[in-house]
Amino acid sequence: MYTFSSKLKTFSFVLMIVGILGIGYGFLTAPKDIHEVEAILKAEAESHHGGGHAAAPAHEAKAEPTTHEAHAEAATAATSEAHAEPTAHDSVAPATEAHAAAPIAQTQKAETAAHDTHDANASAGHDDHKAHAEHLLHQLQNKPWAALYVACLFFMLIALGALAFYAIQQVAQAGWSPVLFRVMQGITAYLLPGSIIFFILLLLSGFHFNHLFVWMADGVTDPKSANYDHLIAGKAGYLNFPFWIIRAAVFIFGWNLYRYLSRKNCLAQDEATDNSFYKKNFKMSAAFLVFFIVTESIMSWDWIMSVDPHWFSTLFGWYVFASFFVSGITTISMVTLYLKSKGYLENVNSSHIHDLSKFMFGISVFWTYLWFSQFMLIWYSNIPEEVTYFKTRIEDFNLPFFGAVAMNFIFPFLVLINTDFKRISWIIVMAGIVILFGHYVDFFNMIMPATVGDQWFIGIPEISSILFFFGLFIFVVFSALTKAPLVPKRNPFIEESKHFHY
Amino acid sequence: MSSNKVIHAIYNDDDVLMDAVHKTRAAHHHIEEIFTPFPVHGLDKAMGLAPTRLAICAFIYGCIGLTVATTMMNYIMISDWPQDIGGKPSFSYIQNMPAFVPVMFEMTVFFAAHLMVITFYMRSKLWPFKQAENPDVRTTDDHFLMEVSVHDNEAELVKFFEGTGAVEVKVIDKH
Repeated sequence: MYTFSSKLKTFSFVLMIVGILGIGYGFLTAPKDIHEVEAILKAEAESHHGGGHAAAPAHEAKAEPTTHEAHAEAATAATSEAHAEPTAHDSVAPATEAHAAAPIAQTQKAETAAHDTHDANASAGHDDHKAHAEHLLHQLQNKPWAALYVACLFFMLIALGALAFYAIQQVAQAGWSPVLFRVMQGITAYLLPGSIIFFILLLLSGFHFNHLFVWMADGVTDPKSANYDHLIAGKAGYLNFPFWIIRAAVFIFGWNLYRYLSRKNCLAQDEATDNSFYKKNFKMSAAFLVFFIVTESIMSWDWIMSVDPHWFSTLFGWYVFASFFVSGITTISMVTLYLKSKGYLENVNSSHIHDLSKFMFGISVFWTYLWFSQFMLIWYSNIPEEVTYFKTRIEDFNLPFFGAVAMNFIFPFLVLINTDFKRISWIIVMAGIVILFGHYVDFFNMIMPATVGDQWFIGIPEISSILFFFGLFIFVVFSALTKAPLVPKRNPFIEESKHFHY
Repeated sequence: MSSNKVIHAIYNDDDVLMDAVHKTRAAHHHIEEIFTPFPVHGLDKAMGLAPTRLAICAFIYGCIGLTVATTMMNYIMISDWPQDIGGKPSFSYIQNMPAFVPVMFEMTVFFAAHLMVITFYMRSKLWPFKQAENPDVRTTDDHFLMEVSVHDNEAELVKFFEGTGAVEVKVIDKH
């Protein structure tokens, strides 16, 4: 039996308390109304430009971030349009230069265009400014919510990824993994509290405590409203709050039901005289995997893709799955290494660790394959209604967007390709930490561009949310591990697993 | 003088063979070669053979393939004749890289796989029309053969191998 070390328990409490304080700070410092945003805009304009357009050269010098500043500069809606549509440049300033001058020249042209329009519409400028400030207000108000949402979703999906891995091991009748079943069950114990908190967050979104989901806003489906959005109205048959929240409830219930029954049967099998509970678990796991893959796909549309309700991608479900599946496996590996280092898993040898590392390596590459397939297909065809998704990510989230590929692919690929390295604890822990951070950033990249846009930052609200859920995760997982012996007794494959050698 | 002589100890079970290998190694007789009809798991470890470095070769070959693909496409598509083909940005390699990735990937795999296989053939001296080297035809079907060199201790060796469960022990004059 495992005993929860008091140090780890204290550590998890400290994480949770620090996390809660930081989350609270995030909510308190978010702007409450439009006036605060106006003040922010003013301060920004003064510090950045020292008084407007006169500072043009300074502007040109740092041509890259201009998207950003041009925005803050009380520019008209034309700015963003000129940025978004390449054709706009050509119509304003006929393309006499060679195309090769590319991005900088384009930005500057757009800049000029924006200013021209600005002068022309001086009177209309005021309204646009107001609209812009309101836009900014929503983004800044979303920041602590989105931070909480990403962290909550990420940790819940880690538990779900571990659950899917566990079910696959059961159905595949894997001979190596039964000694790790209790570790996996410990990790999936987080699914229940994690999904309850997540469900509450979904409800809060539905009751308009935040603006995470644009399609939930008032009037988007009403043709008479100023908020009317024809595209969203067309999807309202699927994207409406009651249907959406019922789906969420069904998915969360189904996953938790499997986790509960599977754990119960696994414990009952320990005391049984035959293999009936094992067989029950086998059948249930097979059924769960079917349920899982359908619900996982829909879940990814509902909870992640619908923050961008104008955008759609067919392999999105697989992509999300690969992301949290590899995180789940990495977590299994890291918890196993921790317990082993404390002397609790005597039957786990370096071959088990080696197998887990192979999965970490393989699924990392699988994630990359899907990431690239999604990106390249959209980049290649460059259809405006699809490509904006990546355009905002590359322009506003350049480092996290490509950094995620470095952390989730290049690093684990080069480190875990070596057979000997796959057995060395500190290397696996290092690779695991990078993979987990990389996949947090991956989820960050999925949610943030649509909710906070270019106002993103990994600051106190984001880090505190991670700390809070990390603390809760540690507490729940290691408490669950104390509840049952770490080695199943009567699993038909347990002897093979104890002597597994690769 | 008698250095051309070898013992051929023949077994008909891989467990017995493994056991004999352990005994032979413990008795410090040098095993020249072992012939088996199928891979015997753990035999290389029991014989104390050095691990293969073929995987390291493959990694290097893969890097070469990636370099070849990158250099080739950078020269053709970017340096030599940067045409506008359907609006794809051919100003720099990185700008148009997603379009090149499939080729980069395939070339990496192609080089890694084929050069590794060729390395394997060369290192294990395999080629068409090569003279087969099996000392006893039964070793390709259901018998295992261990070859140990003889140094003036013929009688002792024969006795030793008969004690290891060999179904047949022969002393052969090798040329």
